Amino acid sequence: MSLFLFWIFAVLTVVFGAAVVLNRNPVASALSLVVSFLGLSALFMSLDAFFVGIIQVLVYAGAVMVLFLFIIMLLDIRAEERRRVNWLAAAGGTGVAVILLVQICVVIGHFQSARRTFPPLERSTTDDVWNIGRLLFNNYNLPFQIIGVLVLVATIGVVLLSRRQPR
Amino acid sequence: MVTLGDYLIVSAILFTIGFAGVMLRRNLIVILMSLELMLNAANLSLVAFSRFRVGTNGLPDYNAQVFVFFVITVAAAEVAVGLALLVALYRARQTTDVDDITSLKF
Repeated sequence: MSLFLFWIFAVLTVVFGAAVVLNRNPVASALSLVVSFLGLSALFMSLDAFFVGIIQVLVYAGAVMVLFLFIIMLLDIRAEERRRVNWLAAAGGTGVAVILLVQICVVIGHFQSARRTFPPLERSTTDDVWNIGRLLFNNYNLPFQIIGVLVLVATIGVVLLSRRQPR
Repeated sequence: MVTLGDYLIVSAILFTIGFAGVMLRRNLIVILMSLELMLNAANLSLVAFSRFRVGTNGLPDYNAQVFVFFVITVAAAEVAVGLALLVALYRARQTTDVDDITSLKF
């Protein structure tokens, strides 16, 4: 992956990620999030993680974002009216976020391996999905089944939560 | 050439944007979207480390990618439950603004 493509997709991801927070209209935020996820999926593929890149598009940009847009439409949420901004709280929140970013950057700066480039890969005889699937069903069989139970519980929970309460 | 640090910096910036969104925005839906952004920033650094740690067989470390798979599954379940809670809250209070929900405020 060339440097040029990396920076294009990195800037795309970060700019549209910032647009999620900065837009006042929730629909615009959700659509910015879709573009940000597509850029992130391209970054995954630049790291030779094709399966993860594909499920990023399928699960996030497909399923999760449709769910978000559907809820926004269902609740008929309009753009936030300009209420008086609490400048002290806003400055505090921004300050904490900036301090966090500086801390992470200092940690990465002290991390020796961060300056090294990625080692070359051998040509694999099997594809990406096969490799992940073998690991998933051999080494991670129990966590995989627990995740299945978790999704089932979440589904039942959602049905219970969204049922109209009898008065 | 692109280094491991470049991917980690992008991941750090994305995480900070998500964190700032949770701190600054008052709309619950946007807060949930910012949470998704933070989860995805963590996924990006996991995949970058997976590609960086090439094993003896010349393939990336697939353990991290399996972990990303689990994170994506849990995040999808979390969004479903979070949005159902949001709908239930909207039914009870007709608002999605965190400033209007202060019953548990100390």
